Amino acid sequence: MNVPKHWRESPQRYRMEAGKCRKCERIFFPGRLVCPECGHTGFDMVKLSGKGKLHTFTVIRTAPSGFTDFAPYAVGIVELDEGIRILGQITDCDPDSLQTGDRLTSKFRRMNDEGKTGMIMYSYKFVPDNGI
Amino acid sequence: MREVAIIGIGMIRFGELWEKSLRDMCVEASLNCFKDAGTDRVDSITVGCMSSGLFTGQEHLSSLVPDYLGKINTPASRVESACASGGLAVRTAFLEVASGISDYALAVGVEKMTDVSVNEATYALATASDRDYEAFHGITFPGLYAMLAKAHMDRYGTTREQLAEVAVKNHANGVLNPYAQFPFPVTRETVMNSTMIADPLRLLDCSPITDGAAAVLLTTETEAKRLKKNPVVGITGIGMGTDTIALSQRKDILRLDAIDHAVRRALKMAGKKIGDIDFAEVHDCFTIAEILVVETMGIVDQGKGGPATIDGLTALTGKFPVNPSGGLKAKGHPVGASGVAQICEAVEQLRGNAGKRQIDNARSGITQNMGGSGGSCVCHVLEVK
Ligand SMILES: [Zn+2]
Repeated sequence: MNVPKHWRESPQRYRMEAGKCRKCERIFFPGRLVCPECGHTGFDMVKLSGKGKLHTFTVIRTAPSGFTDFAPYAVGIVELDEGIRILGQITDCDPDSLQTGDRLTSKFRRMNDEGKTGMIMYSYKFVPDNGI
Repeated sequence: MREVAIIGIGMIRFGELWEKSLRDMCVEASLNCFKDAGTDRVDSITVGCMSSGLFTGQEHLSSLVPDYLGKINTPASRVESACASGGLAVRTAFLEVASGISDYALAVGVEKMTDVSVNEATYALATASDRDYEAFHGITFPGLYAMLAKAHMDRYGTTREQLAEVAVKNHANGVLNPYAQFPFPVTRETVMNSTMIADPLRLLDCSPITDGAAAVLLTTETEAKRLKKNPVVGITGIGMGTDTIALSQRKDILRLDAIDHAVRRALKMAGKKIGDIDFAEVHDCFTIAEILVVETMGIVDQGKGGPATIDGLTALTGKFPVNPSGGLKAKGHPVGASGVAQICEAVEQLRGNAGKRQIDNARSGITQNMGGSGGSCVCHVLEVK
């Protein structure tokens, strides 16, 4: 992954910027150019709260290249209070103690080193509010 | 539009084929297909392959395959829809014949997966997810299906035993398939005690990493009847559907709309209902996938896939046999080849050539081949003509 590719995604990964359709007001993350609900092409940028609850999750034990040093780690789909769902890692917790429905908040975290360039990747991850 | 029939099928035994290259596998499966068809006439070639680039460093299969098959100057294309690439190749070959562009169209599905390490293969497969918003976060395909399994267990009370029974059933069928990578039986206990891959899915819930190829030769129904080489099996319905690439973006993650659309379109075109069909070959990339798919196809009610599997409904001798071949689970899952191999199995069944895994009086079958976490799906209805 080269520098422009990562830079391009930084509004989403660093600040959780989403797109809100000006016509039907649905929110999409990541933002889109066309609203799949109403076909409108005008969007406003909204920042997501990063707060929500755990919809479903798993614990990755066999990891892909770039993540093998981190296994086991939890990944889940989080339903944000805005009503949209985001996939992300769940960190700062014992993965085996997670439960569907747990309240979570997004945090800015280090992901991994990109293989070829060694570039350090950052993104949002989710942390349980009850600080397991 | 012309009526289309399958006049030849060709497989190679799936497995870790260290001695065979990508090109050799394509050629062997195609030669077996020509032998079965009794002709090597080909007006067009469609290769279904997910990621020869990441798995072997080789692209441009639309030149490589005709070249090594001794068919230079034949129009060829390579199609990709992740794990549904094989089904898409058959669909494309169907369109070639139905439209009148080709009288004889070859579809070859292939994947050479064992030239890279397991972690590299896991990475390559993860590119079928949303690269920037799923794979970037370290999710894998077993991980995506594990989240579906967890959600299904939470909503419908599906159990670990029910998931395991899918593997038990498909391995029992795979024992009877000479092309299967894993022709051995497994018990529920073995499945439930195998290595955890992504909770709650274990090693024996997952289809394996496999090298393999499969080929089918299509022509018009009229031509197939004239040739008289094999009992004529027609493709009477085709259907494809698509959905969001990212699982998280679906309104209900347990609703596989791409499968729903593909199945409905294929059945509508064939003028049939699911209850009219005698068996199905479905995309059991993970045990939970077969449960989700049989529910979405309407073979069982929503949430009843697990109990139905335990009750034997989908067993070889059940009311609606699913994956008589052993499925991706036992037969192996060379991703680009799987969709074509499903067609090969359906044809064997409809010709009455399936040996010990033959389903009695099989007159019609449906195949269901999906990409990613259900972001694309290709279905075919096959019937004895
Ligand atoms: Zn809209």
